[in-house]
Amino acid sequence: MGFTLTYLSLIVLIPLAALILKTTTITWGQFIQNVTNPRVMASYRLTFGASLVGAVINSFFGVIVAWVLVRYEFPGKKLMDALVDLPFALPTAVAGITLTAIYSTNGWIGSRLAPLGIHVAYTPLGIMVALTFIGLPFVVRTLQPVLESLDPEIEKAAVSLGADRWYTVTRVVLPTLLPAWITGSSLALARAVGEYGSVVFIAGNMPMKTEITPLLIITKLEQYDYAGATSIGVVMLAISFLLLLTINWLQSKTGQYRIH
Amino acid sequence: MKETLIVSFRGTRNNDPARALTEPLWVRWVLIAIALSFMGLFLVVPLVEVFASALDKGFQYYFNAIREPAALSAIKLTLIAAGVSVLLNTLFGLSAAWAITKFQFPGKNLLITLIDLPFTVSPVVSGLIYVLLFGLQGLMGHWLKDHDIQIIFALPGIVLATVFVTFPFVARELIPLMQEQGSEEEEAAKVLGANGWQTFWKVTLPNIQWGLLYGIILCNARAMGEFGAVSVVSGHIRGLTNTLPLHVEILYNEYNFTAAFAVASLLTFLALLTLVAKTLVGAKYSRERGVLTTSLENEVTP
Amino acid sequence: MSIEVRGLSKYFNGFKAVHEVSVKLETGSLTALLGPSGSGKSTLLRMIAGLEVPDAGEIHLTGREATYVTAKERNVGFVFQHYALFKHMTVYENIAFGLRVRKQTEKEIKDRVYELLNLIQLTGYEKRYPSQLSGGQRQRVAVARALAPRPEVLLLDEPFGALDAKVREELRDWILKLHEETSVTTLFVTHDQQEAMEVASRILIMNKGQIEQDGTPIEIFDKPATHFIAQFVGETNFIDTEVAEKGLAVWGPFRFSINPTLAVKRKIRIYFRPNDVYMTEQFETLQVQAKIAKTRFKGTVIEYQLDIGGDKNISAQIPKGVALASGFKEGQFVYAAITAFHVFPL
Repeated sequence: MGFTLTYLSLIVLIPLAALILKTTTITWGQFIQNVTNPRVMASYRLTFGASLVGAVINSFFGVIVAWVLVRYEFPGKKLMDALVDLPFALPTAVAGITLTAIYSTNGWIGSRLAPLGIHVAYTPLGIMVALTFIGLPFVVRTLQPVLESLDPEIEKAAVSLGADRWYTVTRVVLPTLLPAWITGSSLALARAVGEYGSVVFIAGNMPMKTEITPLLIITKLEQYDYAGATSIGVVMLAISFLLLLTINWLQSKTGQYRIH
Repeated sequence: MKETLIVSFRGTRNNDPARALTEPLWVRWVLIAIALSFMGLFLVVPLVEVFASALDKGFQYYFNAIREPAALSAIKLTLIAAGVSVLLNTLFGLSAAWAITKFQFPGKNLLITLIDLPFTVSPVVSGLIYVLLFGLQGLMGHWLKDHDIQIIFALPGIVLATVFVTFPFVARELIPLMQEQGSEEEEAAKVLGANGWQTFWKVTLPNIQWGLLYGIILCNARAMGEFGAVSVVSGHIRGLTNTLPLHVEILYNEYNFTAAFAVASLLTFLALLTLVAKTLVGAKYSRERGVLTTSLENEVTP
Repeated sequence: MSIEVRGLSKYFNGFKAVHEVSVKLETGSLTALLGPSGSGKSTLLRMIAGLEVPDAGEIHLTGREATYVTAKERNVGFVFQHYALFKHMTVYENIAFGLRVRKQTEKEIKDRVYELLNLIQLTGYEKRYPSQLSGGQRQRVAVARALAPRPEVLLLDEPFGALDAKVREELRDWILKLHEETSVTTLFVTHDQQEAMEVASRILIMNKGQIEQDGTPIEIFDKPATHFIAQFVGETNFIDTEVAEKGLAVWGPFRFSINPTLAVKRKIRIYFRPNDVYMTEQFETLQVQAKIAKTRFKGTVIEYQLDIGGDKNISAQIPKGVALASGFKEGQFVYAAITAFHVFPL
């Protein structure tokens, strides 16, 4: 018990406290300035916007993937199932350079899109691609156990009452999945918001245009603007904490503890 | 009886009740196609790309890139950081899960939330907090300088940042697992005369072995692959304070793409190994979670 | 080993789970702790085992103070409701656990384990794992495991609660026989009154953290000490009325001769068992006329709901053979008398 608390304090609590403490060294006015100037605001818009897009894409495709993996049989299914965790297991830097390579104008996919006027690398579009990649496992893995434990009797009951398949799926099955769906999407969102490694290579990192908030923090650090970095860091921490509380609350509603 | 019921309700659409229990064949194939395309695009293409680019200049170049001194020292640093993180966080995970399952105390939920915190914090913020604590301008900066201890921009800082980001992994697996299993077996051992250590080794550990291993696998994967947090606390000094992911970044920024992908491929191998281990252990782990309320319960034999 | 507790109390967040309980159990006795959920019986048992620490009071085992002695030192055997067998060990290893911890030799362990396997009639099962056993078999292994280190006391916490009715019955007989053979002081907790009465020679009834009655099964059944026990044990009718005059209470046509010290107009509740209601077709003295409103077949007895007029009815139970011989039918008029009852002031 003692060990638990000591370790927790040393590794988590004290460093986090340092962050809070550092912010007290600057005035409130300065803090607001630091976290609301145009460049920072642009980075928020980009970070959250792209994360949201990524989470939405994963919501849509994630449920299809989960459904297909749980309910259908097809060759290579086991392989696909294992691969779903790739974005989780793969180091972010590797993901970053690989996605950039693929989507840059001379990359495998990028070269095919360029003539159509679609540029992915070094644009917000590229950031969305990276964030979709990173959030992929969350929706799928949150939905799978719920789908697996669905009672088939319920669908049979719907059929015996005269429902056709479309009706059963949309009115009976999908609503049951809703809490887990939202939880999974929230987890994908939370992960995307803080993401650095997989995004920073494909992003282009131009202030006001393709600069994500985590990168901005690093830039400030490199310029020795500790106050600026800390201020933005606190904002990000607050958002993390908020998202964490929301997700825990959602998970307590669905009876699930965690996903991995 | 069922069939007539359906016919009278919906007309001719569903004469066969069994057919209404799953989607029509064409729908199934479309969904599978969508799922496979999505996964192929986002998962398979990148995998192929890593290895294709790594071998762009042939096998010899590949091996040279991996065996280059800076790369080797990056491997070493990664192994050290991961090793320490896994060890410490496993010990923590075990003790936290034990404390939470065995004892009643106020603030249990807060503890669990705090344990989860590093999981949602951005990697950059994770590194930032250590810089703020131990960096030159940090809270302890002057004290450290006076004692000539270097934490940030050196090995200790990297290890600390890695420990932070992988903090929850083992605990998150063990806590629900041990809570589910309850502590009756431990109580039985206690009454039979076992002391705490004996109880842990003989009774608790065998019951959580797969969950523990699973958590360690995840912890290790994250520890070896961590980029953002380590990037902040490292000095990016080639050959000294670079882990493998950082080394990949350096090579890439120098436009040394093939070498970068060569080193990246090592990390990709690790990721694939992690996926395999995860799948194998995962199956045993889920059995461990739902065990021993088996079908023999209702037999008549006393 | 004898067990004695004095003034034992345990509170959970202000809730009195066990409140100042004192009782002594003699060596070799077989006692049941009977009560509803939440009565504190499991908590009391666990404190005796050393699994919970009391907030007040003392525990003495064979005259030695043992209140703060660890479970390990107490040399008690404990059997859990859900067996708590070590799922990763074989039956052999489960039973041997307590012996290994005491560092006995392999030979000693082997002899003892086989002796116990024989006792629980599971010879040949030593290499099986708990998941391969039925519920009843698992419980027998749990008992063997608890008995292996030769404890002086055996404590069982609702040992048969998780099993089927038929298995429960068979294990009840088995526990009785086991006790005869081993003569270990045994205390078991149950919420099943039939189980308590069939197995134990002494029953402690617990309710709301206290022992409400301490006696033999017959004493508990025939002379319940409180409202609660009268209602909890066996089936009862109860009627609320007041003292009519000194020594007399009236309810409908029934007249009850009661304790003359109860004040007139004092409100009382009278309990009587359905099988203490005597029914005949012909009037005998002191009987009341009643109409059979309903009959219900209950296996070995037939239950009759008797309507005694003025919206009052009582239930009577007659053994099946006697009932069928008498030919009582619904709608028939009979004469009833109450042959035994208990009065409690409200």
